[in-house]
Amino acid sequence: MKKQIQKRIIKDKLFKIVIILLSFLSTFPLFFILFYLIKNGVFSLNFEFLINLPKPVGEKGGGIANAIVGTFILIIISSFLSIPIGICVGIYLSENKDKNLSKVINYFVDILQGIPSIVLGIIAYLWIVRPMRHFSALSGGVALAIMMLPVIIKSTEETLNLIPQSLKEAAFSLGAPYYKTILSIVLPAGISGITTGILISISRIAGETAPLLFTAFGNPYMNLNIFKPIESLPHLIYNYAKSPYPEWHQKAWAASFILILIVFTLNFISKLVVKRWKVRF
Amino acid sequence: MESEILRIENLNAYYFENHVLKDINLKIPKNKVTAIMGPSGCGKTTLIRCINRLHELSPGARVIGKVFLHNENIYEMEAMMVRKKIGMVFQKPNPFPTMSIYDNVLSGYHLNGIKLSKSEKDRIVEETLRKVGLWDEVKDSLHRKGTFLSGGQQQRLCIARAIALSPEILLMDEPTSALDPISAAKIEELILNLKENYTVVIVTHNLQQAARISDYTAFLFMGELVEFDKTEKIFTVPSDPRTENYLLGKFG
Amino acid sequence: MINLVSKKEKKKFKKDLVFDILFRNIIFLSGVFIILLLFAIFLTLTFNSFPSLKVFGIKFLYGKTWDPVFNEFGALPFLIGTILTSFLALIISIPFSFSISIFLGEYFREGKISSLLKTLIELLAGIPSIIYGFWGLFVFAPVVRYIQIKLGITPYGVGIFTASIILSIMIIPYSASIGREVIELVPSEIKEAAYSLGATRYEVIKKVILPYARSGILSGIILSLGRALGETMAVTMVVGNSNFIPKNIFSPGNTMASVIANEFAEATGDLYLSALIEIGLILFLVTLIINLIGRYVIRKYAVSL
Repeated sequence: MKKQIQKRIIKDKLFKIVIILLSFLSTFPLFFILFYLIKNGVFSLNFEFLINLPKPVGEKGGGIANAIVGTFILIIISSFLSIPIGICVGIYLSENKDKNLSKVINYFVDILQGIPSIVLGIIAYLWIVRPMRHFSALSGGVALAIMMLPVIIKSTEETLNLIPQSLKEAAFSLGAPYYKTILSIVLPAGISGITTGILISISRIAGETAPLLFTAFGNPYMNLNIFKPIESLPHLIYNYAKSPYPEWHQKAWAASFILILIVFTLNFISKLVVKRWKVRF
Repeated sequence: MESEILRIENLNAYYFENHVLKDINLKIPKNKVTAIMGPSGCGKTTLIRCINRLHELSPGARVIGKVFLHNENIYEMEAMMVRKKIGMVFQKPNPFPTMSIYDNVLSGYHLNGIKLSKSEKDRIVEETLRKVGLWDEVKDSLHRKGTFLSGGQQQRLCIARAIALSPEILLMDEPTSALDPISAAKIEELILNLKENYTVVIVTHNLQQAARISDYTAFLFMGELVEFDKTEKIFTVPSDPRTENYLLGKFG
Repeated sequence: MINLVSKKEKKKFKKDLVFDILFRNIIFLSGVFIILLLFAIFLTLTFNSFPSLKVFGIKFLYGKTWDPVFNEFGALPFLIGTILTSFLALIISIPFSFSISIFLGEYFREGKISSLLKTLIELLAGIPSIIYGFWGLFVFAPVVRYIQIKLGITPYGVGIFTASIILSIMIIPYSASIGREVIELVPSEIKEAAYSLGATRYEVIKKVILPYARSGILSGIILSLGRALGETMAVTMVVGNSNFIPKNIFSPGNTMASVIANEFAEATGDLYLSALIEIGLILFLVTLIINLIGRYVIRKYAVSL
C-alpha cells in the first residue's frame, strides 16, 4: 500500500516539474528572438538611420524614415476608418443586449476577426486598388481597418457592459436625452477600456505585412500622399530580408528592432492606460 | 388637506406579465415630506419610478393611468421634459465619476444643453452645496472628482445635483439605506430642511425613519395602496389591519 | 394654471428628440454595416473566383499542377502544404500550450510567477509575424540545415518542417489563454471533493479538472488551428516556396496563404489572378468553418454548472 502511495506522490511531483519546465521552455523563443534583434540590430541604429531615406544598394548609409512615416500614416488611416464605426457598433451591442440582431452582429464580428489578413489584402485590392488602377496607402489602410474593427468593437462592448445602470438612470432622471447620456456620461466612464482596445488593435496592425503586399505595396521614397503607394516597417523588413544583399539584411534587423520597440511600447502604454485612466464608480 | 402638487389617478404598472401596481390613486401634498413604505416587492420603487417616468425605460415595462403634475398629465408630455421637472436620488450614491464636484452639481444643466455664464455657474454651485450642507466641506476641492467623497457626502452631492435644477418634486429611493447611521442622520436633517422649498417623496423600508421625517405616509402592499394619511395617524391608529401588521413587524 | 413647460423648452426638447433618433439610427446602422461588410467580403471573393471556377471547377481542389505560364492551376500542393504545416504546428504546440494553461490556471493562479509568465506569453503573442519569419529564416533555418546535413538529407533549411516549428511557437499563446480560462473556471467544490478523497494534485487535474474543462481546451485548440491556417508572413519566409506537393516534411512547399503572398502582386492575366482569389476564398471558408466548429464545441459540450 505504501509503495502505491509513494508511486502516486512521485507521479504528482514529476507532473508538476514537467508542467513548469514546458511552460517556461515555451518562452525561450522570446528571448532568442530578442537576443538576435538586439545583437544584430542595435549597432546599426543611429539617428541617421531613422531620419534618412533608403539608398540604392551599394551606396553607404540610408535609412528607413519612409517606412517609419509610412507605418504611422497607415495607422492614422486605419484608425480614422475603424475607430468611429467600431465604437458605434460597440455602443449598439452594449445597449441592445437582448435583441436578436445583436446576437447576429456578435457572430459576424467573431467571423470577421478570424479572417486571415492576406484575404483582407485581397479584398482591399479588389475594392480599391483595382478601381483606382494603382496601389495606395488608402487601400492598405482599409485592409488594416477591417482588422482593427473586431477588437475595437469587442473591447468597447465589454467596457460599456461594466458600467452600472444607475449612472444612466441618474442622467435620465435629470432629463437628459438618450444621446447625451451615452456620449457625455457612459462613454467617458468607459474611456480607459475603449482606449486600451484601440491601442491593442493598433499594436496588432502596426506589425502586419500580408495585407499590405498588394495594397500599400511599398515605396523606396518618402510619400505622404494617401493615394499613392507607401512603405511600411514590416513590409520593408520583408523586402530587405528576401533580398540577396547583406547590407539590406543588416538594415532589416535594425528595422525589426524598431518595429518590436514600437509594438511593445504600445502594449505597455495600453496597460498603463488601464491603470491610470480607470474610472471608479 | 394642503394643496396637492401631484395627483396620481388609476395608475397601473406592469413588468412583462406582472401586475406590479394596481389602481393607485394618490394625492401628494406640496412642500411636505411624503413617505412611501411597505414590504419588499410591494411596488414602492416602481411607484416613484412611474412618477418621473423612469419605469418605462426597463424592458417589458408598461404603464396605464394618469399622473397630474400641476394639472398637466405627465404621461401626455415628452418624458425628457417630465424628468427635468422631477428630481431623483437613488439608493446607492451615483455621482458621475468622470466629473468634478463642481460639474456634478451643474450636470443637470449640462445634460439639458442649458448654457450658463461662469458667474451663474459659481452661484448655483455655491447655493446648492450650501443647501445640502456640503459647501464648507468641499469648497476648496470643487475640482476633485465626486467619487473621492465619503458615502454620505456623495449622497448629499447627488441631492445637490437633483435640486440644482429646482425640480417641482424630489423623489428619493431609500436614500440612506446604503449609508452609515451618522451620514443617514445628516441626510434626514437635510430632508427636513428641504421641504421648505421642495416637495419630497421618499421611499423607505425603515419605519422609524418614516416616523421621524415624514408628514404623510402611504402604505403599499402587493401593488395596492392600502392606506394614505398623516404619518402621525398611520403610526398610531392605522385603519387597515395590513398596515397594523406591517407596523408591528409581522412581515418584512 | 401654471404652464409646466415653456415654449423655448419645448423647442429644445424637440431638437433633442431629433438628435436621439439620429443617434439611435447611427449606431443601429453601424451594426448593420458589419453584417453587410461580411457579406460583401464573401460575395467579392466568390464573384472574382468565377473565372477560375468556371475553367477548373472541382478539379481545382485536386489539381497538382500550378503553372502560370500555361494557365493551368491546381491548388492541391497548397492545400497539402497548409494542412501539413498547420496540423504539425498544432501537434507540436499542444504540450506547451497545455502546460501553460495548467500552470496559470491551476498551479500559479496569482502572484509574481504567474504575472511573469503571463507577461512573457503576451509578449510572445505580440511579436509581429514578419519578425518571426525573418528570425526563422536567418537564425532557425540554418539550424535546421545543419540537422539535415547531419541526417544526410537535402539541406534546404527551409521547408514544411521549419515552417511548422515557427508556426507552433506562434500559436501557443492562443490555445494557452483559452485553456487557462476554462481551467480557472472549474468550480473549487468539485476539486475539493476530490482532494478530500485523498487524490494528489496530478490526479485531481487528470481526473477532475481536465474532463470538466475538456470542451474549452478543445475549443482553444481548434481556434488556434484557425489561426495557424491563416498565418502568412512567417510561413512564407521559411516554407521554401515550392509549388509542388512536398515529398516529406523536410521538403520545401507552399501554403495557401503563402502562395497568395508570393504571387498576387505580380499575377498577370485574369485567370491567374482569379485562381489566386479562389485560393483566398477557400482560405476564407476553411478558417470560417474551423472557427464556427470551435465556437460550437464550446457551446455544445461545455459542462453546465
